[in-house]
Amino acid sequence: MSKRIDIQKTYKLFIDGKFPRTESGRYIKWTDSNNTTVVNICRGSRKDFRNAMVSARKASRSWACRTAYNRAQILYRIGEILEGRRDQFMAELTLQGLTKKQTASEIDQSIDRFIYYAGWADKYQQVFSHVNPVSMPYFNFTVPEATGVVAAIAPNDTSLLGMVSIIAPVIAGGNSIVILASESFPLCSITFAEVLHTSDVPAGAVNILTGYRSELIEHFSSHMDVNAILYCGDNGVDKKLVETNAALNVKHVIQFPEQNWAKDEHQSPYHILKCQETKTTWHPIGV
Amino acid sequence: MSKTIKWEYSPAPEGTDRIQLKEQYDLFIGGKFVAPKSRQYFDTINPSNEKKIAQVADADQSDVNRAVASAKKAYNNVWSKMAPKERGKYIFRIARLLQERAREFSVIETLDGGKPIRESRDVDVPLSVAHFFYYAGWADKLEYAFPGRKAKPIGVAGQIIPWNFPLLMAAWKLAPALATGNTVVLKPAETTPLTAVKLAEIIQEADLPPGIVNIITGTEKTGQAIVNHADINKIAFTGSTEVGKYIMKAVAGSGKKYNLELGGKAANIIFEDAAIDQAVEGIINSIFFNQGHVCCAGSRLYVQEGIADEVISKLQKRMETLIVGDPLDKNTDIGAINSKMQLDKIKMYVNLGLDEGGSIYQSSCSLPKKGYWHAPTIFTDVSQSNRIVQEEIFGPVLAIQTFRTVDEVITKANNSPYGLSGGVWTDKGSKIFKVTKDIRAGVIWANTFNKFDPASPFGGYKESGIGSEGGIEGLSDYVNLV
Repeated sequence: MSKRIDIQKTYKLFIDGKFPRTESGRYIKWTDSNNTTVVNICRGSRKDFRNAMVSARKASRSWACRTAYNRAQILYRIGEILEGRRDQFMAELTLQGLTKKQTASEIDQSIDRFIYYAGWADKYQQVFSHVNPVSMPYFNFTVPEATGVVAAIAPNDTSLLGMVSIIAPVIAGGNSIVILASESFPLCSITFAEVLHTSDVPAGAVNILTGYRSELIEHFSSHMDVNAILYCGDNGVDKKLVETNAALNVKHVIQFPEQNWAKDEHQSPYHILKCQETKTTWHPIGV
Repeated sequence: MSKTIKWEYSPAPEGTDRIQLKEQYDLFIGGKFVAPKSRQYFDTINPSNEKKIAQVADADQSDVNRAVASAKKAYNNVWSKMAPKERGKYIFRIARLLQERAREFSVIETLDGGKPIRESRDVDVPLSVAHFFYYAGWADKLEYAFPGRKAKPIGVAGQIIPWNFPLLMAAWKLAPALATGNTVVLKPAETTPLTAVKLAEIIQEADLPPGIVNIITGTEKTGQAIVNHADINKIAFTGSTEVGKYIMKAVAGSGKKYNLELGGKAANIIFEDAAIDQAVEGIINSIFFNQGHVCCAGSRLYVQEGIADEVISKLQKRMETLIVGDPLDKNTDIGAINSKMQLDKIKMYVNLGLDEGGSIYQSSCSLPKKGYWHAPTIFTDVSQSNRIVQEEIFGPVLAIQTFRTVDEVITKANNSPYGLSGGVWTDKGSKIFKVTKDIRAGVIWANTFNKFDPASPFGGYKESGIGSEGGIEGLSDYVNLV
């Protein structure tokens, strides 16, 4: 009897709730440190990004208008599905060079992060909203509101936890996101998209691209329909480019230095606030 | 037989004899008034009669260097070390002193900027006082503003303010910056420097330690020198979106923080079930308040089709009663346009509106011969793509369109790169919440317009800015959270 041949996985992009190949037809050869596994990763293009932006914009309003309770449940659901897929992530993280212990901790924390932000999805508004005591006969209140579409460059040095730590607060706050996965460790990102796909996250709310930072950062930061650009890293040239391009349409700029995302201090409702606008409403009081 | 009697208002000018103005003002640096190293001064004129009021110093790079050095020293040696409650007392003191001299400040504001005395007396000055008073109390309570975090000051703030609400914008900028423990270099607008230099006198009287607030007058290059100065840690700017974008580019890569309050093109939406007469008053207030020199002005009016004729005819009738003229007269509704440059810009847009096929209506008021004046103006027969519908005019010019459904008007309202404010008029509560939620803008007035309060945050979405001023939210832009 002949030996069974494995079915290998094709890594594609995640745009509008679907898994297309890059329109550019280009790929990046990714090999593990032992040179035993070779994978072709999509080398995402400007056009892929623009397609993802169209889908993110389309999804943003309906995602923001979901009830907070519903968003909370969907975030919790992501945690649930991630838990069930543990083995698959174990295998990929190990392939990407983590030890067994590191792998377990990375998955644990990624799950916990979704549970943490699931809890915030229907509470941060209460903590950060105010009824303002104006000196006139008016009822006046202020609430945080999703800024819209966030374009994000995920941390490069972690495959799963970094990306999760960025996506969770952004979508908990009702934004949609287009995120460029870690260039060095891209495997988990697309597998994570499969988790999102089965967690009732609406199509377009999260879009994940793979490819070269150096090629895509210009497009991420200069696109005129992006409301906030989020950059993870320490490259001074990149940071300046992001900040300069943000001026084109007055984008919010959010930056995180390379850091150990495992620490609990990297989860916070203030991360949700970074992608929120402040809306104040006035109405007269009288008969 | 009936006979129409036309009632004329007698002149009721506010006196200018009780104000104290010098012929020349220097820079306020390190607690003293010092002559500019540039040795240059420029005139500030009264836009209602083009007469020179005084001359003020034109700060150059070396003057900015001096002001920043003084702010940095005061930050390191005094302000960051002072107990927060004592910090608060100084700010309370500024509020009180300003309150005592409210009349004088109102008159100077009107002389220098051209706005009606009724507005400077009832809006600008009392609100400025209220801002200092409100934020003074925050100084020793910051731990309650940021649950779970500690708020630390940023350092030296460079603040650049516009000419439409000169004193009020100075208060909006200074009060939260000081309450959170920052020191400041503030530059008033070129055409309206006087109330800021008078405020410097009050700061001196309040005995605020030298260097905590530095007020330097100047021109565009003074502003650039502040934005690009290496020892400034934070920029706060209110003004045009164009300059806001320049600032974002200029500070890119420098690590400077910034908050920006930029332009707007607010949609003011009138539904068929609105209280029509109140809505008409609201329209008048939304576009003609402060000659339309308001970033949050309701410059795009959307009227539901069924009531369009009625609203427009009532609006025209009401426009006829607006008194345009001497800003110092207490009966005046609409004062002078702030500068020749701004008047030219408004005229350019009015001509553009005509070229684009709009129908114009202007009130038949007579305009004074001297000074810069523009009649209240509305345009109908315009569409979304017209430039007078898309671009900020910053004058008493309203573009009117009609709509049929709620979805349609929300789409039209949001079809703008700006998102500063919006208005909605209806007597149906559920519709108010639907529309205020869906309009992508930072301040929404329902059944009212152009209301401001220190406790109420103000700031824009999209190209209208970054960050908020006022309220608890107004503290965030002046602190680092650790």
